[in-house]
Amino acid sequence: MSILVYIEHADGKVKKTSLEAVSYANALAAQTGEGEVVAVALGTVDSGELASVGKAGASKVLHADDARLTDGVIQAHAAAVAQAFGSVGAKTLVLAKSSLGDAVAARLAIKLNAGLVSNVVELPNTSGGYTVKRSIYTGKAFAESSITTENKILAVKKNAVDLKADGADATVEKISVTLSDADFASKITSTERATGEILLPEADIVVSGGRGMKGPENWGMIEDLAKTLGAATGCSKPVSDIGWRPHHEHVGQTGVKVAPSLYIAIGISGAIQHLAGVNSSKCIVVINKDPEAPFFKAADYGIVGDAFEVVPKLTEALKAEL
Amino acid sequence: MKILVCITHVPDTTSKIQFTANNTKFDTTGVQFIIGPYDDYALARAVELRDQTGGSLTALNVGEAETEPTLRKSLAIGADDAIRVNSFPKDSFFVATQIAHYAKEGGYDLILMGRESIDFNGGMVHGMVGELLGMPSFSPVMKLEVEGSTVKMAREIEGGKEHLEAQLPLIAGCQEPIAEWKIPNMRGIMSARTKPLKVVEPVSQETQAEATGFQLPPAKGAVKLVDKDNVAELVKMLKNEAKVL
Repeated sequence: MSILVYIEHADGKVKKTSLEAVSYANALAAQTGEGEVVAVALGTVDSGELASVGKAGASKVLHADDARLTDGVIQAHAAAVAQAFGSVGAKTLVLAKSSLGDAVAARLAIKLNAGLVSNVVELPNTSGGYTVKRSIYTGKAFAESSITTENKILAVKKNAVDLKADGADATVEKISVTLSDADFASKITSTERATGEILLPEADIVVSGGRGMKGPENWGMIEDLAKTLGAATGCSKPVSDIGWRPHHEHVGQTGVKVAPSLYIAIGISGAIQHLAGVNSSKCIVVINKDPEAPFFKAADYGIVGDAFEVVPKLTEALKAEL
Repeated sequence: MKILVCITHVPDTTSKIQFTANNTKFDTTGVQFIIGPYDDYALARAVELRDQTGGSLTALNVGEAETEPTLRKSLAIGADDAIRVNSFPKDSFFVATQIAHYAKEGGYDLILMGRESIDFNGGMVHGMVGELLGMPSFSPVMKLEVEGSTVKMAREIEGGKEHLEAQLPLIAGCQEPIAEWKIPNMRGIMSARTKPLKVVEPVSQETQAEATGFQLPPAKGAVKLVDKDNVAELVKMLKNEAKVL
């Protein structure tokens, strides 16, 4: 018996969120005695990179090295993972919550007749049942969900577990999966993705700007601060609505929900819809010239002051310290 | 083209979240309910597509009688008729089972809904319905154009988007900027009162992962303010106290 983990890769690297999912599965296997952790990777990716997934706690990586699977074709990925699940005789599938992961997991729930819980934040309680704690109401509360099926799927929220990094390299085993033309009936015609940048949904530090920045031409100081910290940049909804910043940087209730270690909000008042996207952050710093800005109530640290004055100083202070 | 839009009845985004009955039920006291914001995008796009292609648009909600004003609002915004599956939405699998059944019965070409409900944030129902009906499913979809039987979409991925082409029938979980939210006008509100709203019973009671209890996060401590002329102090605190640098 083993736990299967569906891992994703981009630009030749296994995603950090997928490594967190492997770490979660490793801890879960220790708790439930479900044997080894086996990961499954789809599409073209280097075997050496896949072997390194062992560090997070997988003993084996199944690799369906089919170039058609390099893009995240939802139906085909679901079909391939279902076959891997059957071949290793798993009862539990673990994956990281993501754009592709969510879409694939939902189809797998039906294919595998598996109870699916998303936004999982802790290991399940398996004493007399199978109850999983999940984040709900966009981070404003938690629910205990009770899975009653034999097969189970857990989609793990970012930062829910500590990343394990002390495991040995995994063995990589090529597998072939049977896919029909119908699985590839929908075509990904092109992909636009910021490359070489730190991606917002996965970033460990996020620096966001709001309307207090007064215009897109002032984003240089946000970018300087982000670069100094190795952070991703985000923004509030009004800023992406007026087109100062691209939509994929919108952090909030209806935008990207982030869960970094450090979130720095600059010139953002802190509307409840924005807070909903950041309330899973470990530490929140707010810089705003209005001492009454509601964001200060949700912050760990705050500076009341003009962003145009404070941000460059903060960048300099960080450069001196880091 | 026959379009189905699935609507959730959820607390307004500004609601204070509280629980009652020994933390086993959501406390609806003083809470205003709305069409889920993502469902509102799906509905707005569906109205546009119905108007373009001259088809029909049905709105569906799985919920008890108190959700009916929310469903009526979707009629006021532009749906032609509505179906309410008369049950508390117990879990994603339960909801997907009901939608799949009534969607199959209605023979819809396009099924739209929000990328996720803003109460449970699962984002699973569209994929489950897709698999149950053997249709492709896509989410989160931020652009959707129909040309004959071909659907061109943009799906948001981490740090960008991918462009897709697929064939009808299909299912999409929607988000902004797929369309602008539509506010019902007086004519819409008046006509919504007389548009057909059919109440049907759930086809199965089966669930797989029901919520059994709720918790609120621990209360946040007070903010530590740092003087604007002493940013070095903030850096020290982030490094030594919060340990996030």
